[in-house]
Amino acid sequence: MLDLLAGFVTELRNAGLPVSLTENLDAMEAVQHIPIEDRDAFKYALGATLVKNSAHWRSFETVFEVYFSMRGPEYKLVEGSEDELEQMWREMQEQMKQGDGRGSSGGMDALTPEEIAQMLMQALMNGDQALMRALAKQAVQRFAGMEPGRPVGGTYYLYRTLRNLDLEGMLQKLMDASRQEVGGELTALEERLEKDEYESRIEQFKKEIEAEIRRRLVADRGAEAMAKTLRKPLPEDVEFMHASRDEMQALKKSLYPLTRKLAARLARKRRHGRKGPLDFRNTVRHSLSYGGTPAEPKFKYPRPAKPELMVVADISGSVAAFARFTLMLVYAIQNQFSKVRSFVFIDGIDEVTDFFKGTEDISEAIHRVNTEADVVWVDGHSDYGHAFEVFWEKYGKDVGPKTTVLFLGDARNNYHASQAWVIKEIRQKARQVYWLNPEPRSYWNTGDSIVGEYGAHTDGTFECRNLRQLESFVEKLV
Amino acid sequence: MTPRFSSVQQVREGLRDVNYLADDGIAGVAFLADRLAKPILVEGPAGTGKTQLAKSIADMTGSRLIRLQCYEGLDESKALYEWNYKKQLLRIQADKNSDGWSEIHDDIFSREFLLTRPLLEAISAPDPVVLLIDEVDRVEVETEALLLEILSEYQVSIPELGTITATQIPMVFLTSNNTRELSEALKRRCLYLHVDYPSMEREKEIVLTKVEGITENLADQVARIVRSIRQLDLKKSPSVSETLDWARTIMLLNIETIDAQVAKDTLHVLLKYQTDIAKAAKELSVDLV
Repeated sequence: MLDLLAGFVTELRNAGLPVSLTENLDAMEAVQHIPIEDRDAFKYALGATLVKNSAHWRSFETVFEVYFSMRGPEYKLVEGSEDELEQMWREMQEQMKQGDGRGSSGGMDALTPEEIAQMLMQALMNGDQALMRALAKQAVQRFAGMEPGRPVGGTYYLYRTLRNLDLEGMLQKLMDASRQEVGGELTALEERLEKDEYESRIEQFKKEIEAEIRRRLVADRGAEAMAKTLRKPLPEDVEFMHASRDEMQALKKSLYPLTRKLAARLARKRRHGRKGPLDFRNTVRHSLSYGGTPAEPKFKYPRPAKPELMVVADISGSVAAFARFTLMLVYAIQNQFSKVRSFVFIDGIDEVTDFFKGTEDISEAIHRVNTEADVVWVDGHSDYGHAFEVFWEKYGKDVGPKTTVLFLGDARNNYHASQAWVIKEIRQKARQVYWLNPEPRSYWNTGDSIVGEYGAHTDGTFECRNLRQLESFVEKLV
Repeated sequence: MTPRFSSVQQVREGLRDVNYLADDGIAGVAFLADRLAKPILVEGPAGTGKTQLAKSIADMTGSRLIRLQCYEGLDESKALYEWNYKKQLLRIQADKNSDGWSEIHDDIFSREFLLTRPLLEAISAPDPVVLLIDEVDRVEVETEALLLEILSEYQVSIPELGTITATQIPMVFLTSNNTRELSEALKRRCLYLHVDYPSMEREKEIVLTKVEGITENLADQVARIVRSIRQLDLKKSPSVSETLDWARTIMLLNIETIDAQVAKDTLHVLLKYQTDIAKAAKELSVDLV
């Protein structure tokens, strides 16, 4: 047990979760109070002691599944549950009065795919958890075609299983069935509710399948190897440039708390730099506690000027995701700046500040930026040089001594002229000029990247590949 | 010191008796906190019953609830203890004629002149208490340090008096809305519990227990609509307390089943932003004119 836990903690650390020594000890102590057969309680005991951030819970769950999935009576591989399943199937057939002789003798393996589909539909309809789990096992055994020792990831098997089950069609059938049940049409509201209900059940079924595949893979290859292949980066470590759609969703979710956190911290910083002048009135008021001796001097809060911010973002395909996140972040903490203006470019440049005004929904604004902004000049391939030239011509006069200018992009210029003089000019007028690059530092200045040429004229060039780096930069900015 | 709970199951049932429906995680962590004598840090969206959890545990174990509401600018004298200097002055003046300086000096820094604040109160109480430190994310990072000693050692050091150690170990709950990252030092000392919006089944049960006279059918509808609304991308998802308010509203209006019209008329109980209401109405295909 001790070895197992030690391995588990090591894997958590490898996955990037900060687990300290005391937390490790706590976990060891905690599991002694929990009956080990109770898998859920065991999981929560480990979770409560080892994971101190809700965004990390998913990573923890994955590792937990891998390490402890084989241990627990109800999680045996198919053999054990066979009888139970047959039983269920027989009962159901009797219920449905379809017993055509086969159901009573054949058992699970003899079922045709149609019957499985039928059963699945029934299970989803009634929300029958046990049957769903049993079916997930059966489906994986039958459709995934897993071969021991084959070096394929779990997603491949998942895809194969799901392809055979046709869950999309299932949803449609379920909806039809419930329409029939009430005898006619559902109102729009009911329709929506039914659909959400079935979708959540199907989602649950998919999870069962995933878990089943994982269990089998672990049985085949061992926990350590599996943990490594399944390891998921924490949301704040996911790279903007290579995020999958799921990861993008997770990123978006963790962006909101991040902005709130950031805004709160920045506001505090603004208020708590205790270097203001003496607040005479307050000091005298407090001196009353000390019999009139001003023993505790009080100071006025300083009110530093808020900076103005201009964001100039490349939104060409390669870095669009990154620019989107930065824009969202900047606008979410807008109240930290006296004025924010944003510009987007590919080879042409356009101001998009208005898209963000008057709308509370940042993602909608971003959508408008992507569809309505006029950013294509010739061919829609990045041309930093031209974009900067136009920027200087049109908006250069607005750059003032309070302005901080922020450039976002990978500086891959397709071998056009760089026009780096624009950056130089801007720097002379502006308070600060920064460049954020979503590429890893080792790729800079390779191929058509000329970030060095631009960077030479800025106050700093930063690598900004994930939320963590973005966060630390914004903190520096204010 | 005997443990308060004998099993996870007992915690859950006890909580159910005081009308708090705990899931596996909540009951399990509460049980562990008692066994390991560690505080629980409860995090989660607003209105999911974090504060209520502490109250219910107090209720269930028959302990007194001591609450420390955190806010920016909270300091030692409001959280831990303060010397009652007015009384100290009186004491000195009353003794003007006697000449035992050292006697007075020792005397004015005794328990008699100490004003206990919630934290000190919690550990010096002879009867069982539950300490609730509410919204701990509102205090500054520096102030968090005040809590560290009491959270790990259950003691308070007062320079003039020495260390006051707890006579009994209180159950401690810290709640946070996650508006900022708490310091590692604080997190390390606590068990972590994330309370999220409940699953549909649990929410239905909560509605059934908390709203008197509601029918099973109606509770089911309420829970299902709320789940659908939570799936939308809203500024503020409806909390459990708002769900309950909504269910009560519907009960007051004597409505049997929720149709589009009812949903439209009462959506503002559930959602507090105009944009959210419009969005939800559109998504649920309820015409909002």
